Amino acid sequence: MRNIFLFFRTYFSALFFVVLQIIALLMLTRYSRTHEAIFMHAVNEWVGTINEEYNSVQYYFKLKKINEALANENVALRNLLSSNYATMNTSILFKQDTVRIDSTIQYRQYFWRTAQVVGNDIFSQNNYLILNRGSAQGLKVGMCVLSNEGIVGMVEYVSKNYARVMSVLHRNTKVSAILKKTGVQGRVAWDGVDPSFVILSNIPKSEKIKTGDSVLTSHYSNFPPGQLIGTISSIVNDPSSNFYTIKVKTGTNFYTLQFVYVVENKMAEEIKAIERTTKINP
Amino acid sequence: MSSAVKNIVRFFIFILFQALILNKIPPLHRFITPYLYCLYILWLPFNINRSWLMIIAFLFGLTLDYFTGTPGLHAAPCVLIAYIRPFLINILIRKEDIEAHYSEPSVISMGWASYFIYIVVLVFLHHAYLVLIEWLQFGNVWYFLGKVIGTTVISVLLILMVELLFYRKQGLRKKISG
Repeated sequence: MRNIFLFFRTYFSALFFVVLQIIALLMLTRYSRTHEAIFMHAVNEWVGTINEEYNSVQYYFKLKKINEALANENVALRNLLSSNYATMNTSILFKQDTVRIDSTIQYRQYFWRTAQVVGNDIFSQNNYLILNRGSAQGLKVGMCVLSNEGIVGMVEYVSKNYARVMSVLHRNTKVSAILKKTGVQGRVAWDGVDPSFVILSNIPKSEKIKTGDSVLTSHYSNFPPGQLIGTISSIVNDPSSNFYTIKVKTGTNFYTLQFVYVVENKMAEEIKAIERTTKINP
Repeated sequence: MSSAVKNIVRFFIFILFQALILNKIPPLHRFITPYLYCLYILWLPFNINRSWLMIIAFLFGLTLDYFTGTPGLHAAPCVLIAYIRPFLINILIRKEDIEAHYSEPSVISMGWASYFIYIVVLVFLHHAYLVLIEWLQFGNVWYFLGKVIGTTVISVLLILMVELLFYRKQGLRKKISG
């Protein structure tokens, strides 16, 4: 027994070192589960406040770009207004639609909220954003985050007033995508190299693709379908495979991200429930 | 200012400087983010117990981790350099002599040559370990080496600049009376 104590005394610092290393690495690998339940809530609020203060300074320097992006989006939306379309066909009768929005509310699948990005990493391998909206504003884990130029990520953790978003620039993010032209499905992931490019894989070589083609989110992804992911920038033709590996320039400019939309899928619960039943009775 | 207060103030300055400035500036190359925060651990006084050194390093790394959203990623390398620091100091300088006169590692207390080696070795180990656990899934060795060496060079340059800009006055330690 004495020898055991002696052993601990002589190698105490080495053992302590190993213990701390194990704690740190466990935290890193199990981050999403046990850990956040314990400290994350308080810490998220605290870091969020500091980030928000910092962002209020940074915000002014980006105002020009934000205004430009908002004006562009307004133009795109204005172009969709029905008053822009004149028709010569007299057999169509235009009537003022009297249906109030309340009667369609049961058919609404996606609900959009705005949020401001107060913290944004892009240079590490697993990047996160912090938004100034949290559970008090109706955010939930699993909601999608989009900018006006493309997809951004997915809410991973929510505290009272802040939310942490797993960016598309994260090694574990995988988004189901389609090519706008042909509708062929593929998968978008980030290779950790450049914050302005993601990799689209699983597109068969029989497809005709060109640089500049748009890549959108598919119906199977958690994102609302048809949202821009990016445009094809280069195509790697790997002769040993039947599939292309395609470099996609992200629609979202992660360097200047300030305002985003958080999209709630009102039918997410129902879809999940269906998935669960099919798992039980295959 | 007493040593404890000075180190607590430094703790927050280093964290905020790293999290709010160095992690945000557009990097030189898209992989090279300079890390200055580990200098805090290198500047801690000589006479701290090794276990305490590791605990402080762990908390320090963890605080930064909460800013980047990766708990444990910076804490592990910080603990590593805190563990190796006393060994390295023992090799580089004659401890009894120096510790009697100076309180913490610096150019004055260790001399340029040993201080430079001290910084380069620990910063390199810190970066190598950090990049290793960050890129655990990655297989490309050249990429890894390039990133570690590139980041180390930039960080050491920054540290030298800090040393020249913020000259730490270190008067001889008063002899303990009695």
